[in-house]
Amino acid sequence: MSRFSIGPHSIGRICLFAALLITSGCAKSAAPVGGTGDAASRVYVAPGQYDEFYMFASGGYSGQVSVYGLPSGRLLRVIPVFSQDPEKAYGYSEQSKPMFNTSYGFVPWDDAHHPSLSKTDGMNDGRWLFINGNNTPRVARIDLAEMNTKEIIEIPNAAGNHASPFVTQGTEYLVTATRFSVPTPQKDVSISTFKENFTGQIGFVAVDPTTGKMSLAFQIHMPGYDYDLARPGKGPSHGWAFFTTYNTEQASTLLERNASQNDKDFITAVNWKQAEQCVAQGKAKTWPTRYAHNWVDDADVAHSEMLTGEKVLEPADCPGMVYFLPTPKSPHGVDVDPTGEYIVGGGKLATVIPVHSFSKMQKAIAEKAFEKEIGGIPVLKYESVNYCEVANPGLGPLHDEFDDKGNVYTSVFISSEIVKWNLKDCKVVDRIPVYYSIGHLLVPGGDTRKPDGKYVIALNKITKDRYLPTGPELAQSAQLIDITGDKMKLLLDFPTIGEPHYAQAILASAIKDKQIRTFALAENKDPFVTRTEKDARVERKGNVVHIYMTAIRSHFVPDNIEGIQVGDSVYWHVTNLEQDWDVPHGFAVTGANTSELLVMPGQTRTIAWIPDRTGVYPFYCTDFCSALHQEMQGYIRISPKGAGVQISYNTPK
Amino acid sequence: MSRSSRLWLAVAALSLALVYWQPLWHVGLKAPQYPEGLGLYIGVNRIVGVQPQDLGSINGLNHYIGMKRITPADIPELRFMPWLVAGLIGFGLVAALSGRRPLLYAWVGLFAAGAVAGLADFYRWGYDYGHNLDPQAIIKIPGMSYQPPLLGSKQLLNFYATSWPAAGGWILIAALGIGVALSARELRKTRSILATAPSLLAA
Repeated sequence: MSRFSIGPHSIGRICLFAALLITSGCAKSAAPVGGTGDAASRVYVAPGQYDEFYMFASGGYSGQVSVYGLPSGRLLRVIPVFSQDPEKAYGYSEQSKPMFNTSYGFVPWDDAHHPSLSKTDGMNDGRWLFINGNNTPRVARIDLAEMNTKEIIEIPNAAGNHASPFVTQGTEYLVTATRFSVPTPQKDVSISTFKENFTGQIGFVAVDPTTGKMSLAFQIHMPGYDYDLARPGKGPSHGWAFFTTYNTEQASTLLERNASQNDKDFITAVNWKQAEQCVAQGKAKTWPTRYAHNWVDDADVAHSEMLTGEKVLEPADCPGMVYFLPTPKSPHGVDVDPTGEYIVGGGKLATVIPVHSFSKMQKAIAEKAFEKEIGGIPVLKYESVNYCEVANPGLGPLHDEFDDKGNVYTSVFISSEIVKWNLKDCKVVDRIPVYYSIGHLLVPGGDTRKPDGKYVIALNKITKDRYLPTGPELAQSAQLIDITGDKMKLLLDFPTIGEPHYAQAILASAIKDKQIRTFALAENKDPFVTRTEKDARVERKGNVVHIYMTAIRSHFVPDNIEGIQVGDSVYWHVTNLEQDWDVPHGFAVTGANTSELLVMPGQTRTIAWIPDRTGVYPFYCTDFCSALHQEMQGYIRISPKGAGVQISYNTPK
Repeated sequence: MSRSSRLWLAVAALSLALVYWQPLWHVGLKAPQYPEGLGLYIGVNRIVGVQPQDLGSINGLNHYIGMKRITPADIPELRFMPWLVAGLIGFGLVAALSGRRPLLYAWVGLFAAGAVAGLADFYRWGYDYGHNLDPQAIIKIPGMSYQPPLLGSKQLLNFYATSWPAAGGWILIAALGIGVALSARELRKTRSILATAPSLLAA
């Protein structure tokens, strides 16, 4: 039994569950993994068959998004977002480098937490996926027809953009917030002056309904607390967004103790429609913070611009915009049920799950049932907004997702389980252990008006003994659990790329058929495109050399190149002339201090290379493209600086 | 010709106009790497991929075996075939309007001759593409040629090639069939008139 690390008190329960769920040391006759005999067939997707759902999981501190099929758990793609990816030349190619620009310069990594699918009328519309960068506050937009990152906007005045980028029901806005209150705007002060100088920020980023392009709409300058997670309202609560708020103690040291003292912290309710009005009435101040906005244009080339002058509202200047809802205790997650009426808080140190009622909140606001006011923000009375408290939820309830039958699935970190309860009578009806230490969880469409209540997926931080060990660093995992019956049933357990911090899933049929297969060569607008082999050439401009190269099975044009000198800035512009599905070409040259290039059919990608020594060096195709892939190569001759070797190159006769 | 024969002949002749829009022939290629297949549509005035990129892909693949690029602009038939079809339509309509049987027979004869010549020409092109290969070809297999089937299917290395009439081809076949049927009908009528002639004379 030592393989289970939940605690001695739970051994009995573990054995019970082990008999149901896992092959373990409890008994030799334990049932197969999955517990029920049909578990394997429930997750088996035959070779050549497709999964029912796409799942988009954040990679946590990998900075990327990975795409899995459900129910098989098969990994389909890793979409590079906030981390350079040498495999795809993301952040290395000249066309993609601007994506990492920030007011801090080139920042090639971030901590990606919460994927959020774009929505129309409260339902996933399959157009875009947004995800936050927590560390250097940013939000990225991924195009779901191409499964590539198309835009990244930096969030000024934020520190730890964790409560982000959850979208409103019509993708009018996505939200941002500060998890670590800081001096806002930044200034050089003593950390011990936290209470006087540190403040927070809650922001709204507008999303263009046609292009998806993001722009900073407005920010709200908040008291110096930590704003942890968020969900916008839907249905009746559309127009509002809710943010969990902890460290109301305003501790600045040893937070694990000092920020855990208050019996109740808050859920912050923001009426963003009110905020819009106040901005329209000119009540916002303009702040001069600089922030970067990076986007890929229709020529598939990234650009970066530095912006300033964001609009900031003070709560005291805009009455009716912000309220605090007392919520026990250091709440982590906040989730809004499919009807939009219930707001569930995940009090990670609380002994109950508090559920607030939106209609009660509206009434309490109308009746001014305020306990006090903090910086112009009314604090509503707990009893006046609370709908119920769910008893016995386990230790450390964090997040909630919903099914289509009024049930809520709450992840519980410390006791490592999922607890199922219903909104009608707030009673726990089922629970299932997960392996181990679940953070977020998801139900496909679980944050929409109509969840697809077939599965809940546990996203676990720790795997310990679940897989073959791989040294000290182990995989994190996801677990697929059937929720169609009265009892939850574990079906599948699969390791993930990075930490699957949060994930969302969408029916495959919603996006499968709009996947782009190739880029039309005729429509390639890259300024360095080479459309035919006849156009392939090498041009010197001072010590800058542009190589206009084509790639098609199984050769580069030109292949042999001479006349390059040590210290030249050489730009390899490789255009893939293929127009066939799934025929990318790669390109790599000896000693490149960057990465390979990976060029999709019809696309042009550029890598910069500064040769530092004389000689003749090969370049070759890295993506196994054809039977003669090994022959897909060429040489480049590097002469000393000032040598008389003229530019020459081979092209087919 | 009877009224109905003339009408049918006009319909058959006019239906040929559809081949300006509908391809005559479909050549398909399937391989493990191309589960959805590559394909070409051959029309009276064009050769195009079933998917826009297919012609380029097929040419790209063919370079391995040293086959010449299929360049529609270099195929003169695609320039004069539309006029031949226009001629058949015009001739057929004249025959229908005049109602003269010999013109019907001539139309059917010309049509059939044209069809045979077309198939022979298609075979000739296929033979040329399949046999006249670049001596420096990347893949050379002794004794192997790559002529696509005229009609039917054939395994060519990793590709399973098929060749069948497409919508326009079936229209041609139907129109020719109508012409043949009308000829048979009119011939039968002529014969029965001749057979009754002696009794007419006797009367």
